Parts: sequence; structure tokens; C-alpha cells
Amino acid sequence: MLKLIASRIATAIPSLIGVVIVTFMLTRVLPGDAAAYFAGPAATPQAIAEIRTKLGLDKPLPVQFVDYVTALSKGDLGSSLSTGQPVATEIASRLPASAELTLSGLILALAIAIPFGIMAAVKQGTWVDHACRVITTAGVSLPVFFTGLLLVYVFYFKLGWAPAPLGRLDVFFTAPPTVTGFYLIDSLIAGDLETFRSAAAQLAIPTVTLAIFALAPIARITRASMLSVLSSEFVRTARAAGLTPYKVIMVYAFRNAMLPVITTLGMVFSFLLGANVLVEKVFAWPGIGSYAVEALISSDYAPVQGFVLAMAILYIILNLVIDLAYGVIDPRARSEA
Amino acid sequence: MTLANPADRGSASSSSGLAATLRHAKYVISENPVTGLAFGMFLVLIVAAAIGPYIVPYDPLASDTKAALQAPSWAHWFGTDQLGRDMFSRVIVATRLDMGIAIFSVALVFAAGGIAGIAAGFFGGWTDRIVGRISDTIMAFPLFVLAMGIVAALGNTVTNIVIATAIINFPLYVRVARAEAAIRRQSGFIQAARLTGNSEWRILLTQILPNILPIMMVQMSLTMGYAILNAAGLSFIGLGVRPPTPEWGIMVAEGSAFIVSGEWWIALFPGLALMFAVFCFNLLGDGLRDIVDPQRRT
Repeated sequence: MLKLIASRIATAIPSLIGVVIVTFMLTRVLPGDAAAYFAGPAATPQAIAEIRTKLGLDKPLPVQFVDYVTALSKGDLGSSLSTGQPVATEIASRLPASAELTLSGLILALAIAIPFGIMAAVKQGTWVDHACRVITTAGVSLPVFFTGLLLVYVFYFKLGWAPAPLGRLDVFFTAPPTVTGFYLIDSLIAGDLETFRSAAAQLAIPTVTLAIFALAPIARITRASMLSVLSSEFVRTARAAGLTPYKVIMVYAFRNAMLPVITTLGMVFSFLLGANVLVEKVFAWPGIGSYAVEALISSDYAPVQGFVLAMAILYIILNLVIDLAYGVIDPRARSEA
Repeated sequence: MTLANPADRGSASSSSGLAATLRHAKYVISENPVTGLAFGMFLVLIVAAAIGPYIVPYDPLASDTKAALQAPSWAHWFGTDQLGRDMFSRVIVATRLDMGIAIFSVALVFAAGGIAGIAAGFFGGWTDRIVGRISDTIMAFPLFVLAMGIVAALGNTVTNIVIATAIINFPLYVRVARAEAAIRRQSGFIQAARLTGNSEWRILLTQILPNILPIMMVQMSLTMGYAILNAAGLSFIGLGVRPPTPEWGIMVAEGSAFIVSGEWWIALFPGLALMFAVFCFNLLGDGLRDIVDPQRRT
């Protein structure tokens, strides 16, 4: 098992190197004056020249790259122009907000999509199957920011069930003492049920928005892989041996059908991390996505670069976890390593 | 349902190419009305993009503060926005820009990713390794995030949205083109072309490329929807297109401020237009796949 983990981590290293090189290239190699980007739109030529020397942009590229990697290894992502705060600190303090939102969205999507996909496969050709097909096709056609706004209109303006789409907590509440950074968990640890309720209410609509978005690919792949497993010989044998349909589906077919679903989760994460940015903008969610959007609008480049790098590293780690989970579920993947 | 009618396929392969394809297309459309619907929707988009600016009732940029924030009515089918601009005219006129961004980015990635993928699959070796490494590096990023970074680095313009959208789709095209080219690399007609003295690049362009073109067309249609969503997402967060230019993503963003006070129409109609376009291309992609590759029908 340790050997497997080591070999999987080794396969992630080229991606990591590629990601660092690309984020470096995005500012330094492409046409356009990096110093001007870092200086912002209103800078004088002297200010730009000063920043160029300060950032070491007048040195040769390989030296710059070594400087960049050295700074990175110390966790230094530069400083934001508009706030003056180090980007790394800012991202670290905003990451839990984004993570709480993304994870809730993913968990809700999985909780709906997997049973739904299984039902569609088991009852192929019935209304469940057709509903599954319609929802998966519609789900991939919905712009996530548009779904969010529709839900805000219906549940906040029309029905009044949801609170105003303004961040993680109602203004009358203070954030619970930080343990995990997830308000839902922290408020429970603090035993503050009122804050928990407020945090959950704020989280509900953005979570549903993300879940609707992530649901479609998961349900589609669950249905497809369940269908192919159900028509395989070992399922036929299990049925012929007189096992109950429940046991055949949930014990024999389900575990095998989950393998392609886990592989697809990598792609789902890629979509989710992008959709997260849009959802955060719609709901004024104080996560790293809205941080990057604010920085983009004011041409404040260091936070954007830090954001892209942080998201890419997070994505690589998530893919690594998916790979390892695959190994846990599928013994064949373990023996190949 | 899972396989096309065998008799139909038999006659299709025995007669000449174009007529057979058309007959098969007609068969697919009659068999699957959804594909027919998708073609109809596609036609609507094309007409709106081509002649939209000439037929809309109002100037999409003309503001009329007296008529600001009006709900949909007979005078203003989709209502008016905070400056009194007619939303119907703006939604229709925006079609050209949105479709333009998507079509240019897809054409760009079709050329770049298609050729790179074919070369990787056909030549193998170093070409394959380099192209594969570039694809892997792009895939290591969450794609929308990478697009944000590219637009931020290249500069905040519509052209760069096109380029960013093309770059994030690159690996998808490479994968399809590479797989299809690798299958055909050692097939009989390629060896025959090689024996008659064609150069490798000539074989690639005159034998392999036409052969995998249909499959690449399907890929184009399937990624058009994603390209539209991606471009609209970028302009929603304020990249690329600048107000007051009518564009669906930015119009939804402008309308988002009014959703909480109940003016739903400003965001709704551009959002519906986006959905319409994406839905159309997704259905069209599935339909085209049925025509090109009857065995892969789902």
C-alpha cells in the first residue's frame, strides 16, 4: 500500500512541475509587460521601472524562474496591490469558505446523482430513465451563474425562504471560533445552534446551485457504468445462483460500477472548481474565487497568479486522492502498482 | 434503437458517399425528432446571428431613462434594463458576438488540436510525447481557472477570450484526433499511399485528415456548447467583453444586481438565450454522432 501511494505521488510530480512552469510563463514569457501588470493600470513609467527592479524582472528568465520557485517553496506568492496583504495568507484564510461550498455541493450532487443513476440503469426504459436523460442533458446546458440567479429569485425574492445572497453568515451573527474554518462544523463545536442555522441557510442555495451543475455528469456515468456491469457475466451468475436483486445490485454490481464514477470525479472537480468562482460571485461568497475575480477586475495580477496556482495544486491533490481511492476500491489497481 | 437499421446501413455503404450520408441523415432525423429539433434551433441561431442586428425593433445601445426597468410588455417583449434599453433587441444582437466567440475558438482549436493530435497519433515517438505532455499540463489545471489566468495574462480582450477558450479545449481535440489517427496508421490504404511514394505529411493531410474529419466535426459540435458557456462565464465575471456591448454573459451579470429586488427579466432572457444555444449544440452533437458513427448511438 505504501509503495502504491509513493508511486501515485511520483506520477503527480510532472503535473506539479508543469503547473509551476505554466503559472510562471503566464506572467513572464507571454507578450506584454509583466511589470506593468503588477504595477496596475495607473502606474507611471518610473513606478513600473521600480517594480521591475523590485520584482527582479530585469534579470534573465532562468534566474527569474529560480527566484520564483525559491519564493514559492517558502510559501511566498507575492503581495496584492490593492490591499497590500500577502497573497498566500489571504488565500489560506479564504480557502475554507470555498472548500465548504465546493464540498457541500459535491456531497449533495453525489447523494442525488448516484441513486438516481442506479435507478435509471436498473429500471432502464421507464420514466426514471427518461427523467435521468432529460436532467443530465439539461444540467450540462445550464450556465451555473444563471441557475444561481434563478434560485435566488425564486427562494429569496418570491418565497422568502432563503436569506439574502450576501456571504456566509447573516450580518447579525459573528463567525464561530475557527477550528476547521468550516462554519457548519465550527458552530457545532462551539455548540452555537443559532449560528449553525444561519450558516446552513446561507450555504443552502449556493450548494444546490453547484449540485445541479455537478449532478449531470455523475448521474450519466453512473447510469452508463451500472448498465454495462448489470449485463456482465458475473451479475448473470449471481442472479442465476438465486441471490436477491438487492444483493446483486448493491453488493455485486454497485462496487464495480463505482470505478468509472470515481474516475469521472476528476473531471467533475475540474468543472466544480471553475463553477465555484462563478457561484461565489453570484452569492458574494467570501472565498478564493471572489478574491480572484476582484483582483482580475482591478488588474491586480499577483492574487490572480496565486489563485491559479493554488487551484491547480488543489486539483492535482484531489486527483491524487481519487487515484488512491481507486486503488482502495479496486484490488487490481493495487497489484499493478 | 441501439443500432441503426441493418438494411439501411447496408444500402448506405453500397451507394455513393454524399447521397448515402444524406439518406442516413434523413433517416436519423426521422428516427430521432430531437435531432430535427436541434437542427431547427441551430437555424434560429444562425438567422439571429446573420440578420439579427437589422431586424430588431430598437437600437440595442440606445438608452431611454423614461422607460427604465419595465417588465415585459407588447412594446418591449423582454422588458427593459436599468437604462431603458430594449432587452429583446439586446438579446438578439448579442447572438452574433456569442456565436462568433464560440465558432472562432472552436475553429482555432480544431486546427491546432486536430493537427497536433493527428501528428501525435500518426508519427508517434517524440511528437507524441511532446503533444501529450502539453495536453497533460493543460489538463492539470481546472479548465475555467486556467482560462481566467490566460485572459488575465494576455490582456482583457475578446480576442484573448477566444484564445483562452481554444487552449482549454486543446486536450479534448488532441485525444480524439490522436486515437483516430493511431488506429489508421498501419491500415491498408495508408500503406498503399506510402508505397506509391507519398511523403508522410502528404499522407497525413490527404489520407488521414479527411478520414477522421467526420469524427472531428462531432467533437466540434459537442465542444461548441462548452465554448459558449466558458466565454459567457468569463464575461460574467467581467473579462473580455465590456459594457455596453450586448453579450449574454455580461447581460446576466448586469441583471444579477436586480434579481434581489425582483426585476427578473434582465437576467432571465439572456440566460435563456445561453441555455438555448448550449442545449442546441449538445443535442446537435449527439445527433451528428448518430449520423457519423451509427454504432456509438446511446
